[in-house]
Amino acid sequence: MTRFILIALSLLFLGLMVILPVIAIFHRAFADGFDAYRAAILDPETLAAIRLTVIATLLVLPLNVIFGVAAAWAIARFRFVGRRVLLILIEIPFAVSPIVAGLCFLLIYGAYGPVGALLEPYGVQLMFNLTGIVLVSAFVTCPFVMREVLPVLMVTGEDEELAAVTLGANGWQIFRHVVLPNISWGLAYGVVLTMARAMGEFGAVSVVAGAIRGQTMTLPLQIELMYNDYNATGAFAAATVLTALALVTLVLRGVLNRFGPKKEAHA
Amino acid sequence: MTAIPRSTPRVLPGLSLGLGISILFVTLIVLLPISGLLWQLAQLTPADYFRVMSSERVLTALRVTLTAAAAATLINGVFGLMLAWVLTRYRFAGRGLIDALVDLPFALPTAVAGIALVSLYDRSGWLGSVLDKFGLQVAYTWWGIMIAMIFTSIPFAVRAIQPAIEELDPDEEAAALTLGANGVQRFLRVVLRPLMPSILTGVGLSFVRSMGEFGAVIFIAGNLPYKTEIASLLILIRLDEFDYPAAAAIAGTLLLLSVILLVAINLAQTRMQRYLRAEG
Amino acid sequence: MTFQALDIHKSFGDTEVLKGVSLSMKEGEFVALLGPSGSGKTTLLNIIAGLAHADRGQLLFAGEDITRLPAGQRHFGFVFQNYALFRHMTVAQNIAFGLRVLPRKSRPSRSAIAARTRELLEMIEMADLADRFPAQLSGGQRQRVAMARALAIEPRLLLMDEPFSALDAQVRQSLRESVRDLQRKAGVGAIMVTHDRAEAWALADRVAVMNEGHIVQFDRPEVLSSNPSSDFVRLLVRADAA
Ligand SMILES: Nc1ncnc2c1ncn2[C@@H]1O[C@H](COP(=O)(O)OP(=O)(O)OP(=O)(O)O)[C@@H](O)[C@H]1O
Ligand SMILES: [Mg+2]
Repeated sequence: MTRFILIALSLLFLGLMVILPVIAIFHRAFADGFDAYRAAILDPETLAAIRLTVIATLLVLPLNVIFGVAAAWAIARFRFVGRRVLLILIEIPFAVSPIVAGLCFLLIYGAYGPVGALLEPYGVQLMFNLTGIVLVSAFVTCPFVMREVLPVLMVTGEDEELAAVTLGANGWQIFRHVVLPNISWGLAYGVVLTMARAMGEFGAVSVVAGAIRGQTMTLPLQIELMYNDYNATGAFAAATVLTALALVTLVLRGVLNRFGPKKEAHA
Repeated sequence: MTAIPRSTPRVLPGLSLGLGISILFVTLIVLLPISGLLWQLAQLTPADYFRVMSSERVLTALRVTLTAAAAATLINGVFGLMLAWVLTRYRFAGRGLIDALVDLPFALPTAVAGIALVSLYDRSGWLGSVLDKFGLQVAYTWWGIMIAMIFTSIPFAVRAIQPAIEELDPDEEAAALTLGANGVQRFLRVVLRPLMPSILTGVGLSFVRSMGEFGAVIFIAGNLPYKTEIASLLILIRLDEFDYPAAAAIAGTLLLLSVILLVAINLAQTRMQRYLRAEG
Repeated sequence: MTFQALDIHKSFGDTEVLKGVSLSMKEGEFVALLGPSGSGKTTLLNIIAGLAHADRGQLLFAGEDITRLPAGQRHFGFVFQNYALFRHMTVAQNIAFGLRVLPRKSRPSRSAIAARTRELLEMIEMADLADRFPAQLSGGQRQRVAMARALAIEPRLLLMDEPFSALDAQVRQSLRESVRDLQRKAGVGAIMVTHDRAEAWALADRVAVMNEGHIVQFDRPEVLSSNPSSDFVRLLVRADAA
């Protein structure tokens, strides 16, 4: 009986709080029919926003992957002074609210910030453009790859890498042939999380993007713009794109959980 | 006897490269920006800081943010525990799907969540129209802010509590049953107490997340100064007015609050775990 | 080619694990390192392989000082206690790895690598299992793959850390023969860590008995039995013989 009540309550809570809003997105997007939806998606400004979002994400991704793998490797395989500090620093972005994060970047890299002012005479502007979007996106997604790769490295241990060392492999060969295949699943999920978050970041990006129509509007910003312009179909149509992306993320997570390597016995 | 000190060469390669990349990235992407905020704050005199923070509008915004976050956290604590319990202890059709959907608010961009929630709770929306019949209004009120916060932070509560329930020993519950403990006693003594550290973590993370939430909240909040304006939005408004000191003062306060909370959670967690281990 | 370790010292923090160990091997000799748990056998073997570094002391191979030489350039084959096979590579890929990662100048052609791999697969009698992954092998099969992988690089010395400890008694017996056989065929000197007296007696030309960071006696098995240098060695030899 308790079991039944608890399950029912849980389903009710999740249904009302989580599932219903998602259904509402699709309902509103298609409220004026499929043609209106199509027209909204194909709106030049929306397409430009999608393009910018994809470009920014493709720039953030390699940054984060290289950093995440490098940091996970150093932390998992070596003991050095400041190892714990590094771990904490990487986790900081989780604790910082998006607007505060955006403000931080503006205060240092903006035209009035110490670093921004230094670069200004050379005509280098970091904020209110694609660079700014990429930088804050790198901040908000900072721990994602590292967090997924580190535990995998911990679980696999260093034996295979040491074996490769005794067989004469150099650093790159060890990474390419031994480490990378071992961390591939964790890395893949880290990439998925980074992508989803980078594409969807709103608060931090809205501080540093500069909101120039058709130029520095990412998809979430474009959604806000259209929503405030009373273009509900446009906003919700664009939202379905990001919602689909979120659902794909969840499916991938499920797939990786199910088919990814379990903590298999040591070979 | 003095041995000539020799640095031992490392066997695995990549420490300097890995560490170099990490330090460069963390410096440019995390440390410098945070110090940018601190640098701006350092230029404020204490008097300036208190003038900004004691203005009625800022105080209201903080109060709205913190009370809504607290209420959302409380609800997430209860339902997070329940969801985590149901998902780990019961097997039922669709459990896997439900488990996956718990992460949806985490994966869904906050702006999307924002317009979805407002379209639901607006007077013309599915839920809003029902509530309206009872004279209740959620959208554009404090209640809307709370709902948005519940939405974005529920995964944090569930995911923090879930592993701890998995580790609970069902035998202990059975033992308590044979000793004649009734349901409530059993739950409090045998289940709730060992779960406390992780509940605390989940609730703390959920609060920190709620406090800083922006995208999901602003659409449903109404954003009336002195009424339904959250702290994050006020930072943005000050920024648009180029009032960087004021923006930095509010942001610094929010940041400090979350850092203190996270440190406190960490400390409390280690201490409670030690205490529980000493007991068991 | 001869191998020598001279006065090797190693500490972890405050505990001295190796307290001046010296060992000198003849060409093609099979040496067993025998001793109780914690006596420093693995530590010594790792230092010889270059997987750890001595605080003090010297390693010489064919007269050349290799103390500071990186593990990869020593050309010593190493068989790990848990085999450490590459789990994402097939048996054949595991065996070929050491050849595939050679610098381009000295790397054999693709077909030469394949031929050498086939040869080793036949030597360990696993030609039909070339495309299996390590997880699909039995313990004994894994052990043989690890041997073949170490031998593929034509090592100057073969190092084995308790190569049979993960196997049950029967497999152990049969593999002893094949390990000795493979080592003879390869014509390479070998050092094997073990804490099983019978194993050392069955395989080794000479046995180095280790205790608390020292080699207390280093001689042929018959001599250890007939002429133990201390009570420790006498007890060690007798305890198992009984
Ligand atoms: N990385 C390390 N850090 C600290 N102490 C270590 C480390 N490696 C080994 N030791 C210590 O050094 C001593 C010798 O260890 P070693 O592994 O060489 O022993 P062993 O003879 O191989 O034992 P076994 O038969 O159990 O494998 C042990 O007391 C061990 O605790
Ligand atoms: Mg050992």
